[in-house]
Amino acid sequence: MKLYCLSGHPTLPCNVLKFKSTTIMLDCGLDMTSTLNFLPLPLVQSPRLSNLPCWSLKDGNAFLDKELKECSGHVFVDSVPEFCLPETELIDLSTVDVILISNYHCMMALPYITEHTGFTGTVYATEPTVQIGRLLMEELVNFIERVPKAQSASLWKNKDIQRLLPSPLKDAVEVSTWRRCYTMQEVNSALSKIQLVGYSQKIELFGAVQVTPLSSGYALGSSNWIIQSHYEKVSYVSGSSLLTTHPQPMDQTSLKNSDVLVLTGLTQIPTANPDGMVGEFCSNLALTVRNGGNVLVPCYPSGVIYDLLECLYQYIDSAGLSSVPFYFISPVANSSLEFSQIFAEWLCHNKQSKVYLPEPPFPHAELIQTNKLKHYPSIHGDFSNDFRQPCVVFTGHPSLRFGDVVHFMELWGKSSLNTVIFTEPDFSYLEALAPYQPLAMKCIYCPIDTRLNFIQVSKLLKEVQPLHVVCPEQYTQPPPAQSHRMDLMIDCQPPAMSYRRAEVLALPFKRRYEKIEIMPELADSLVPMEIKPGISLATVSAVLHTKDNKHVLQPPPRPAQPTSGKKRKRVTEDVPDCKALKPLLSGSIPVEQFVQTLEKHGFSDIKVEDTAKGHIVLLQEAETLIQIEEDSTHIICDNDEMLRVRLRDLVLKFLQKF
Amino acid sequence: MPEIRVTPLGAGQDVGRSCILVSIGGKNVMLDCGMHMGFNDDRRFPDFSYITQNGRLTDFLDCVIISHFHLDHCGALPYFSEMVGYDGPIYMTHPTQAICPILLEDYRKIAVDKKGEANFFTSQMIKDCMKKVVAVHLHQTVQVDDELEIKAYYAGHVLGAAMFQIKVGSESVVYTGDYNMTPDRHLGAAWIDKCRPDLLITESTYATTIRDSKRCRERDFLKKVHETVERGGKVLIPVFALGRAQELCILLETFWERMNLKVPIYFSTGLTEKANHYYKLFITWTNQKIRKTFVHRNMFEFKHIKAFDRAFADNPGPMVVFATPGMLHAGQSLQIFRKWAGNEKNMVIMPGYCVQGTVGHKILSGQRKLEMEGRQLEVRMQVEYMSFSAHADAKGIMQLVGQAEPRRVLLVHGEAKKMEFLKQKIEQEFRVSCYMPANGETVTLPTSPSIPVSVSLGLLKREMAQVPLPEAKKPRLLHGTLIMKEGNFRLVSSEQALKELGLAEHQLRFTCRVHLHDTRKEQETALRVYSHLKSVLRDHCVQHLPDGSVTVESILIQAAAHSEDPGTKVLLVSWTYQDEELGSYLTALLKKGLPQAPS
Repeated sequence: MKLYCLSGHPTLPCNVLKFKSTTIMLDCGLDMTSTLNFLPLPLVQSPRLSNLPCWSLKDGNAFLDKELKECSGHVFVDSVPEFCLPETELIDLSTVDVILISNYHCMMALPYITEHTGFTGTVYATEPTVQIGRLLMEELVNFIERVPKAQSASLWKNKDIQRLLPSPLKDAVEVSTWRRCYTMQEVNSALSKIQLVGYSQKIELFGAVQVTPLSSGYALGSSNWIIQSHYEKVSYVSGSSLLTTHPQPMDQTSLKNSDVLVLTGLTQIPTANPDGMVGEFCSNLALTVRNGGNVLVPCYPSGVIYDLLECLYQYIDSAGLSSVPFYFISPVANSSLEFSQIFAEWLCHNKQSKVYLPEPPFPHAELIQTNKLKHYPSIHGDFSNDFRQPCVVFTGHPSLRFGDVVHFMELWGKSSLNTVIFTEPDFSYLEALAPYQPLAMKCIYCPIDTRLNFIQVSKLLKEVQPLHVVCPEQYTQPPPAQSHRMDLMIDCQPPAMSYRRAEVLALPFKRRYEKIEIMPELADSLVPMEIKPGISLATVSAVLHTKDNKHVLQPPPRPAQPTSGKKRKRVTEDVPDCKALKPLLSGSIPVEQFVQTLEKHGFSDIKVEDTAKGHIVLLQEAETLIQIEEDSTHIICDNDEMLRVRLRDLVLKFLQKF
Repeated sequence: MPEIRVTPLGAGQDVGRSCILVSIGGKNVMLDCGMHMGFNDDRRFPDFSYITQNGRLTDFLDCVIISHFHLDHCGALPYFSEMVGYDGPIYMTHPTQAICPILLEDYRKIAVDKKGEANFFTSQMIKDCMKKVVAVHLHQTVQVDDELEIKAYYAGHVLGAAMFQIKVGSESVVYTGDYNMTPDRHLGAAWIDKCRPDLLITESTYATTIRDSKRCRERDFLKKVHETVERGGKVLIPVFALGRAQELCILLETFWERMNLKVPIYFSTGLTEKANHYYKLFITWTNQKIRKTFVHRNMFEFKHIKAFDRAFADNPGPMVVFATPGMLHAGQSLQIFRKWAGNEKNMVIMPGYCVQGTVGHKILSGQRKLEMEGRQLEVRMQVEYMSFSAHADAKGIMQLVGQAEPRRVLLVHGEAKKMEFLKQKIEQEFRVSCYMPANGETVTLPTSPSIPVSVSLGLLKREMAQVPLPEAKKPRLLHGTLIMKEGNFRLVSSEQALKELGLAEHQLRFTCRVHLHDTRKEQETALRVYSHLKSVLRDHCVQHLPDGSVTVESILIQAAAHSEDPGTKVLLVSWTYQDEELGSYLTALLKKGLPQAPS
């Protein structure tokens, strides 16, 4: 059993597991932090961005002029933004049988894999994962495609040149594999390969392996996966949460008794408490608005935004914000708000019971009804008519490199009255802000990451007790910025096996058993004998049928009856080579009793001699000699088959057959 | 002998009061817990005393499964759990769990408030009963206990309707509840995988009907409604609040829109508005088309259909009214029917099946003079029947049997005569036995489950390696030892079994002396033996070892001089018990002597 690690990003994993005869890809995360190296894509022509100075090499060589721009001491690539794909060379991806998706954030690389590697298998995901994943992809494609950029820079990627560039460009990894965004057509084709599954559904793969999604508590439809055969069990834990937000709680008990537990997708901000962050978010928002400023919240169109809206729903009246307009701007804003209301079965108990009333599970329905929350596909169109300040705007993309957020950064960046509040933990906010410097607007960092922290992980591992833990190398040491915090790493026994991008791990377990079905007719014919108290044995001679990786034992065919030539030939073709195998023997032969038995069966003139290890029984008349020792019997006789068989049967009486 | 036992307490050769007991692998499961619309006495509920005369039902049932929210499938649930007494789990899908208590409360109100029945279940009992419900997802494998598992499949009959697979070890039963094999305007078609259950329990409401295309029926329906309102008549459509009602509303709504009609359409009772909310929130349970477009246009927001007030029934002029309940056995639909029945301009359209004993059933079977509350009522209005109820027709039932590939079929929820016909058809076409027990009658089906055993991978691989690759799939012989210890069964190689049990192998060896007439030296004799065997045993490995002995596989042959007769050589042929066949074959062969060496 092997694990091929195709992504080095701990929260955007992409691993391939070879288990029995199957090849299973676990998640398909797309590392978008690469886009931080690019200039933002403005929706409206931005004189500031287009007038940024070009950057040239120290030796004054200016051939990179067109590709690199400088802003407040940072260098950016002026090009269509590109994403860092999972490794595609480590393993032949056309051999992948299935892809298991754990949540909508971890499927963003799917079109690259399913459309460009010869992949012909099936993708499994829950319905909310697919629907919301589709929205995220649609938004991404829309953001990139609606601002066509002529330039696609590639000179800077040359290894010899890259090494001369300033950080972080110099240290960017795998730049040669960076790719532009996929198209909607590729998204649709990729999504058409998905088969919908429900929690605790058992899915058979080729009869060899069974996979089951379990609720992971992190997002709508998010799942952990159990991959098991009858005797081995691998748990894949990815993006799980124990906090009670909107999704169904995490199913922990089903993870018990794993041979291997692959652990990815822990919180990216282990030191922040999500509840505290939500409080800070609300108070900073209120403060800014009361002072007449605007609030910008860069966000994804689904997920934490539902929780933020719910908090605000409870908060705005008491904070005197009921007249402040809240805008949610995304090409998929409407769909996201609508979809959130129809997945009752995937929600926590509280929200589920609201649907039974029947009421919409999320209160943002009421915010929309009362006109407190308005949503628009983009800043163009209706929005420009309705736009009132001061206001609160939720919009993407959290990287601040594309989407409507770029416009608001340019619009509000110069005033210290305004505030941008970062809630999504996927991007470093300082790096996200770099191309907008110098900024007058306030920046508040309230990352809300509900995924497991290290305390929760160690509790979880104690409870589910896997034999081995496998995780990204980042989790086996404290974060580089807090190297003294030994508590910010995974602590378990035996120590976790760590992986990094492009590594192949041999997982430490040995398969010893396989399931086989004994047909009832065969079972009836077995003769068990009790060897020791409570332990019985039966020798089995049977015909093994193997089909679709399932093994069945059927009774052996009766000895072929002598029939006419033609018919017999057909029979022998179907019947395997069924020479009855002789069993092994065990036991020992008590000499005195043996001699008595011989006498009873008509042998006379028997002489017994003692030897060092046992006895020799001589049948002088028959010129036969039987050596009897503790673990062996040797019959030496003339070539008289009748005699030999008689003696054999007498010996066998004293022995057990296996 | 393991067996599956099935006893219908209701729906055995009957429609209504669905309640079927199944015993499988030592587990007892009750499928549905319905009431009968045709009765108002004790017979309306299943006779639970069949399960036990005294004591709580919890001790006798491992779980209860409810297939969908129609009262003939769940109407007796509060009576069963709260008045007779059952505290075990009750499984149903989320939409069923949401809607079921509302219909139960509705039913209770009619029975207690309108008919003044005493000793009926209370609102609190409905609530307490629903607390015992465990909601299931489609395709989720629910582990009821260590051995019993259930799984729901989409049934397409009403919102949230499901078929259930009940499985213990390798034995399984599938219960369809009510289902529909053709997608309609708001639901998808039932689907099940090739799960090969030991028994399929299927409904058979339309066992003998093969319906024409849905489109024709819809056109017919619209034409009749349109003609009636054109000539100023009133149309009454008795429906149940959830299910057909939504389908027909979508149908009329789009027709009104297209034809630009102004005649009012009403929907009785507040339940419906609520019902439409359920459809909106559980939109993932509707058909593909509605699910795809719901963000832009929610099909369950009707523009032309308004709430009905009881005073409207006396308004002059044409109108269309959807009223509950669907079989004209009580409530608003029956009230409106009595008001309108006398006028031949009016029309009542029965869009679904009516149970015997209901007014709906009476007028459909041609009765035009009805006795109601001591007064004669003459029915002059037109009575139309349109099969819109979402049950599979004969074709659909056969299709489902084909999909699931059961070993046997058992029919419930249908009329005996029609079942008889379908039973024959199933037995002919699928060559499986088909049963149709009456209520209280038990069908016992022996099963022969195979026994799962752990086989050591070493043994399995060894056996598989014996056959060259292209034939690896061919059946082959396996020999091993089954170790049975504390209910744990393991099949291992005999060597391993001996080792595990700490037993030593006892070697049994034979050595036979074969006398040969040969004057040459022993070495030469051995060489002759070697070349002889080599030419005879082409399939075996024959070797001539440096020490002068000959081996055939593991059998050792040595030549020695005879102690007395120099013209005779003695061949010592030695083999173990495991090679007995070859050993005795060789001695027999050598006894015949060696061919003369070519001179």
